[in-house]
Amino acid sequence: MNLVTDLQAILVGIPLTIVLTLIAFAIGATLGLPLCAMRMSRNVFVRFLATALILVLRAIPPIVWLFIIFFGIGFGYLQLDPFSSAAIGLGLITAANMAEIYRGALSAIHAGQWEAANALSLSPRHRFIDVVGPQLMRISLPSAATYVIGLLKDSAVASAIGVHEIAFQAYHVSQETFRGLDVYAAAGLLYILISLPIAWLARWTDLRLRARVAR
Amino acid sequence: MNDVFAFWGEWFPTLVAGFELSLEVTVVCLLFGLPLGLLLALGVQSKSRAQRWTSLTLVEIGRGTPVLILLQFAYFGLPSAGLTLSSFTAAGFALAWCTGAYTSEIIRAGLEAVPFGQREAAIAIGLDQRDVLRYVILPQGLRVAVPALLGFAILMLQATSLCFTIALPEVVSQAYIVGSNTFRYMPIFLLTAMMFAAVCIPATICVSVLERRLGRHEAVP
Repeated sequence: MNLVTDLQAILVGIPLTIVLTLIAFAIGATLGLPLCAMRMSRNVFVRFLATALILVLRAIPPIVWLFIIFFGIGFGYLQLDPFSSAAIGLGLITAANMAEIYRGALSAIHAGQWEAANALSLSPRHRFIDVVGPQLMRISLPSAATYVIGLLKDSAVASAIGVHEIAFQAYHVSQETFRGLDVYAAAGLLYILISLPIAWLARWTDLRLRARVAR
Repeated sequence: MNDVFAFWGEWFPTLVAGFELSLEVTVVCLLFGLPLGLLLALGVQSKSRAQRWTSLTLVEIGRGTPVLILLQFAYFGLPSAGLTLSSFTAAGFALAWCTGAYTSEIIRAGLEAVPFGQREAAIAIGLDQRDVLRYVILPQGLRVAVPALLGFAILMLQATSLCFTIALPEVVSQAYIVGSNTFRYMPIFLLTAMMFAAVCIPATICVSVLERRLGRHEAVP
């Protein structure tokens, strides 16, 4: 009976964990595109700036980013609630990682695709929307899915600034009941259970997209 | 601006002491985690079903749960089973488990990259199972795994920052204490961030240079 009430208290955290992961990924997947474009720019200065930005974003642990945003910026500059701080912090780190994933995917697209698009005299906008973009999305999908699962686990960091997600609930239940063993085992299992459907969905989509462009 | 520099100068030694502890935890978790990773990599490929399933379960739990949950499980969870660990031991235990789980996949990929003919040739010249592994497969497989393992070591240094949540006085905990005493969160966390960047950025660049150099000699399949 105790176990059921403990579990219910942890389950309350699921929506916030999922929403936080999705928002952070949406921010990262969007900002990652211009960052990747800058990283591959012909202009040395722009390229250097993007490379430095990616290195810095990835070199500093998520928890330090969240503290800088929540306590550092929040204390006296611009007060943000814990959830927004976590979404912005994780989103920025995701942008750096997604830029690298996009870059890997771009190098996997055959040079002939660009040549063909140029030969058809497509404008740069159409070259991206109709030719390169769709292939970029398809090729980066498996790595992006792996990253989302990693991000889901990283989102546990948000508990440190008081976002009421799974890890936060687990901490509070364990402090109230002193049954930490069951509580954390349940929380850990929960993360594994949430990541399973993401992995399945990604594999299914990947297979379908691959079948369409079977060469 | 001078004010900030004076503030940094004042608290720099405190943060350095914390950073040393972060490095210690990283070394401990790699020291125990890497051999564990090798064992798990071999265990997953083992012929014995019990060994295979035990290894697989350990790997999947270690990779599937957030490091934060593993840490808090070791620090807040195990005491309710009668096993109380200090925060340093708990951190070492949880991070070593995580290291073992992730590196077992890296090492396994390295071992699988050794062409099958190597094993056949080793058996053909009469080496027994253990010597095949020791003299033929491991030296070649681990060499392939080195850049990825070094990259993972950098990630583990970053992961030690999570020990903040189990009251280990490492660099983020120290920064947080300084911040809440002086109410100057921004400069102190910026200094923390710069310390991580100062170690992790050069290390990342070195690893990618090494990766390119080792890749140059790789045989084309």
